[in-house]
Amino acid sequence: MIDLSVRVGGLTLANPVMPASGTFAEGLDKVIDFNRLGAFVTKTITRELRAGNPLPRVVECAGGLINSIGIPSKGVPYFLDETLPHYARYKPPLVVSISAPTGEDFARLAAELTRVGVAAIEANISCPNIEEDGKAFAMRASSTELVVRQLRAATSLPLWVKLTPNTGDLPEVARAAERAGADALVVANTILAMAIDLETFKPCLGNIMGGLSGPAIKPIVLRQVYQCARAVKIPVIGCGGISTTEDAVEYMLAGASAVQVGTATFVQPAAMTTIIDGLVKFCERRDIVRIADLIGAVLNEESDEPELSWVAPPQ
Amino acid sequence: MTTQSSISLVGTDPIFQDRTAKTARSWAPSVVGEDAEVLSNDSVNLEYRHLVVRCGAVAASAVPGQFFQLLCPHTDGDQPFLRRPMSLYGVNPARLEVEFLYKIAGAGTRGLATLRAGDAIDIMGPLGVGFTLNPKLRHIVAIGRGAGLATLAPLAQAAKANGTKVTAIFSARRPELMVSVELFNRHGADVVAVTDSESTSGPANIERILRGLCFCCVRDFNVGGEIVHRRVCWDGPVFDMMEALP
Repeated sequence: MIDLSVRVGGLTLANPVMPASGTFAEGLDKVIDFNRLGAFVTKTITRELRAGNPLPRVVECAGGLINSIGIPSKGVPYFLDETLPHYARYKPPLVVSISAPTGEDFARLAAELTRVGVAAIEANISCPNIEEDGKAFAMRASSTELVVRQLRAATSLPLWVKLTPNTGDLPEVARAAERAGADALVVANTILAMAIDLETFKPCLGNIMGGLSGPAIKPIVLRQVYQCARAVKIPVIGCGGISTTEDAVEYMLAGASAVQVGTATFVQPAAMTTIIDGLVKFCERRDIVRIADLIGAVLNEESDEPELSWVAPPQ
Repeated sequence: MTTQSSISLVGTDPIFQDRTAKTARSWAPSVVGEDAEVLSNDSVNLEYRHLVVRCGAVAASAVPGQFFQLLCPHTDGDQPFLRRPMSLYGVNPARLEVEFLYKIAGAGTRGLATLRAGDAIDIMGPLGVGFTLNPKLRHIVAIGRGAGLATLAPLAQAAKANGTKVTAIFSARRPELMVSVELFNRHGADVVAVTDSESTSGPANIERILRGLCFCCVRDFNVGGEIVHRRVCWDGPVFDMMEALP
């Protein structure tokens, strides 16, 4: 029997497949058996009630979609009263995705959610930081380190930090998060994008710009997972365009300890369980007994260090 | 804890032999994404096409008003990424068939139009909350235009099975673009057709037709010792006082 379990940032998961935040909710249990997932990851919650962005909020493009949903949130009390009890009946651990406009708000929210039934916090620091002119925390190493330190001090739960692919300095941001006490990194989020309607000459999204996800971004984020996994010692969770078993294996070879599946679920709602089935078959075919052996197993024998220096600059 | 080796209901597929075996047996999906087989995909007039597919039991358990999400085939010109929602146009649980009515309007439906009998089409459903059809209803009115009629066809079918009479008001731009009249007739519905080209589809005319159709305002009247229902909006509002005192 194949051992599918992986260790990720303070948790042992039964398998490495979980949803990406924002693409998963209770209703999906009509399509897949929730107990087969490696973990649950909630849609991002905020302390403030939020209505979300102007319509339209999503547009499809070649190999993916651009969204600007804007994190509509029903707030913490609703989460504690309704969402949290719902997941108590299932076996996989519940990871709660959070976001906030300041480091102090982030810390307060993490503290409020540090309770029984929550297995880990995923801090979505790709959101705008109002203390830095709206620039996302994860765009810079300095602001990343600051907010992760505040989060670390606020919760004893495993702390996963979700980084943005929109920074030019991702390995440095990853190292800052690790230094500040993150238990794992989620790499990455959507890539800033836009589309224009040729009939109306207007942007396709009400918010003008949005985040690109889906197969279109997979090679880019795969490269970023590879860079981050080389830059830090804590586990990296790959998230970007994973639709198939092959995509998941590729991410693990690049250094991911686990993977998050998002946009693929919109197209194939059973994508996650299909990928889990496929991982078993892949391991059997390749005589791999422990799936954890795939993590970072990419071979770069051809490259010597100088050639790779531009990939992960020396510290 | 459950034992791992005692469950073998799904043969040798290793995924079912791990600790999830117990839940794999007790849990069953109520929404399924599956490759259905195209049985036919024919034009019904210049604009609309009728797609019939063979599917699994869960999909064929769809009820009136529900819908499916179709993964439309890619063509040379179009690569639709997302699924397209499509109303249920007909369902036959015994024959494991579901039907859709669509108009070619964009990248998704252009792909659908390329399907031939024997092809596979990935359908996901049933989705949504359907109509509530009170078994006590004696007569309902269904109003639809264009592909919007698709939603109402299974309702007419269910109403017939229920013993509920259906009057259907169909709207289209021109008479030759009218669809589904025969289907609704087969379900025992009276069909009233209105069109833009005949200037019969405006709100005022629809309201005129609707008056008296809904039977919401009926009350009992005593006509020669027999209780009859009369519509306040149509037969009234002025009534014989003695008849109005049953």
